[in-house]
Amino acid sequence: MFGLNKNSTTEENQTGMLARLRQGLAKTRSKLFSGIESLIGTKRAIDPALLEEIEARLLMADIGVAATARIIEALSSAMRRHELNDMDQLLDTLKARMVELLEPVTRPLLIPDDTAKPFVILVIGVNGSGKTTTIGKMTSYFQDQGHSVLLAAGDTFRAAAIEQIQHWGETTRVPVIAQQSGADSAAVIFDALQSARAHAIDLVIADTAGRLHNKNNLMQELSKIRRIITKFDPSLPVEVLLVLDAGTGQNALSQAQQFNEVINITGLVLTKLDGTARGGVVFSIAHTLNIPIRFIGVGEKLQDLRPFQAEDFVTALLDIRE
Amino acid sequence: MFDNLTGRLSQVIRELRGQARLTEDNIAAALREVRMALLEADVALPVVRDFIEHVRLRSLGEEIKTSLSPGQVLIRNVRDELIALMGAANVTLNLNTPPPAVILMAGLQGAGKTTTVAKLGNWLKQQHHKKVMTVSCDVYRPAAIEQLRLLAHANGLEFFSSSANQAPVDIVTAALGQARKQFMDVLIVDSAGRLHIDADMMAEIRQLHDILQPSDTLFIVDSMQGQDAVNSAQAFATALPLTGVILTKTDGDARGGAALSVRQVTGKPIIFMGMGEKVDALVPFHPERVASRILGMGDVLSLIEVVEQKTDLQQAEKLAKKIKKGSGFDLVDFREQLRQMQNMGGLNSLLDKLPGMGQIPAAAMNQVNDRELIKLGAMIDSMTERERRFPDVINGSRKKRIATGSGTQVQDINRLLKQFKQMQKMMKRMSKKGGLANMMRGLSGNLPRGYRP
Repeated sequence: MFGLNKNSTTEENQTGMLARLRQGLAKTRSKLFSGIESLIGTKRAIDPALLEEIEARLLMADIGVAATARIIEALSSAMRRHELNDMDQLLDTLKARMVELLEPVTRPLLIPDDTAKPFVILVIGVNGSGKTTTIGKMTSYFQDQGHSVLLAAGDTFRAAAIEQIQHWGETTRVPVIAQQSGADSAAVIFDALQSARAHAIDLVIADTAGRLHNKNNLMQELSKIRRIITKFDPSLPVEVLLVLDAGTGQNALSQAQQFNEVINITGLVLTKLDGTARGGVVFSIAHTLNIPIRFIGVGEKLQDLRPFQAEDFVTALLDIRE
Repeated sequence: MFDNLTGRLSQVIRELRGQARLTEDNIAAALREVRMALLEADVALPVVRDFIEHVRLRSLGEEIKTSLSPGQVLIRNVRDELIALMGAANVTLNLNTPPPAVILMAGLQGAGKTTTVAKLGNWLKQQHHKKVMTVSCDVYRPAAIEQLRLLAHANGLEFFSSSANQAPVDIVTAALGQARKQFMDVLIVDSAGRLHIDADMMAEIRQLHDILQPSDTLFIVDSMQGQDAVNSAQAFATALPLTGVILTKTDGDARGGAALSVRQVTGKPIIFMGMGEKVDALVPFHPERVASRILGMGDVLSLIEVVEQKTDLQQAEKLAKKIKKGSGFDLVDFREQLRQMQNMGGLNSLLDKLPGMGQIPAAAMNQVNDRELIKLGAMIDSMTERERRFPDVINGSRKKRIATGSGTQVQDINRLLKQFKQMQKMMKRMSKKGGLANMMRGLSGNLPRGYRP
């Protein structure tokens, strides 16, 4: 079928993961592209009205005005060249165009063996995007790859955020470094780095408080956290991971841009893809910022985290059978 | 939050300004822009289509009065449609029921339900002097119950203890009984975030609703939501008899099209907006104001409300009396005004509500920050009591001391003193007879067209 996780080291339960991804995306697919499928089924003529139909579907997937225009433009120029003679060709072109847009950002997160330890994953995002849940899932994911993990309870602001991450620590049996609520987030993360180094742990995943990207003072706090990590050891490899809710509309682009300005984002996670939300805004983000999309979240269970694959993402969305 | 939509529409309307009259052609061009603006603002496509069609029909069928330009007619139509779409009235909660009035909160994961429970409880307690009990039946997300417990205790709200190994149905039944026993006025029930396509979870919340028979069932929506807002709103509205909507995280820069979509799909009023992380950051939703704001007319009414709520009346009266008496406005008074300004959420949040701000480039807006205010405050704080009362005594060596004390430069102190002198002059003019009226006349020349104070 479609080669999900070619680069992933978790070869076991491959089919299980495939099924889950498909299942998760199925809901997305059935709601969104059932329209396109039914268009295809009805053997309509390929005309501008059909393109308009497709345009509407793309817009409703949060792909955005500009990115949709680019995709439609490619389709209509192919149409003018008489390359689209039947629905299969139309769908192939549509899919190819969409995959092309996401291909450059399909780069999985790999933990290198030959760099300084610990590898640091700093998890950031707006309130309620799913940071802490994603941390729980990532812990399990990297444990499966044979890495030792330590969590830093860097969200010292929101009520019970520390308890929430401690719960994930217990579930996955990894140590959690925490201080009291209201403590300095950077200090907690510094502590975590020290502890990880002392115990030769491979990977530190640090939580941060959710913050809206237009709050200047909160953004400054993030850059302080980033500075502290460099101060601890400038040679540490750091992944700054922005967590985006797939239900977010065009504002996700603004989030990515503004977080990126303050603290260089090196990866994205797209959460809550198990609903009817389509996460189409990643097309704009990919076009504008070219930040790799590392994972997608497709459920509430520990194993509901998948490496992002452009081909599969689009294929599953369009539900093209091969 | 609606800044970008405002900007977009302002431009459309500027382009229309040169037109002699409304024709099918130039309406089409303008409406295309409106459509794009609404889509970029995350208003759901079906809602956009509806909206555009309404405006188009209305604009075409209308005879243009000589007193209005074609652009003005279109703006008025867009605005009227926006208001119609968002509901006309300022709706509030159904608290007139035999106590306890039960409020059930529902929504997707991460919408902001638990934070909103605390805000709503605080609002009921502060504004309506209600005895409020809160309970969480989120047994799924780790530490969700603990989160509500902490928030309830921090804000002096009753909290009904529950635990993650109880069934949500049992929790709410017990909570309802306890609320009756303790003669609570209001019971706010926090539920777990759930996906609208999760049949089991939707059945669960229906069941909770049956037991609680809430007077209000509120749907909590993240204002950053995209097109999918219509789907989730539709599903929740079908599963539950919703009575209203709360829009959260509106202090972000999202364009907030979800507000329009949800309102249209559910037909239920948006009752509150969450505007920050603090517990008092919950404000009633005013459709007319938001519609005006979308059109770049500013949100002056909200501004007035904030000023009224947050200014210390006694302090203000004291100052007014002092100025009337003719005794001088000194640095102590100035410090007090700075403090009040910060209380109101700082310069940015005030400027945000002023008309015409949509046209100011974001870069320029960023330069206005509260740092300057904080600096001014620090300088005054570094002065002696005598220096504050009689700023004339501040000489070179005192300036040096104040600068060191406040971490600023002597030039900053000079600037502060100059600003203060100007303010003092203004205050003197005000204290003269008819002074205030004169000043207002001078001011109104600077206000944007079409806005009458």
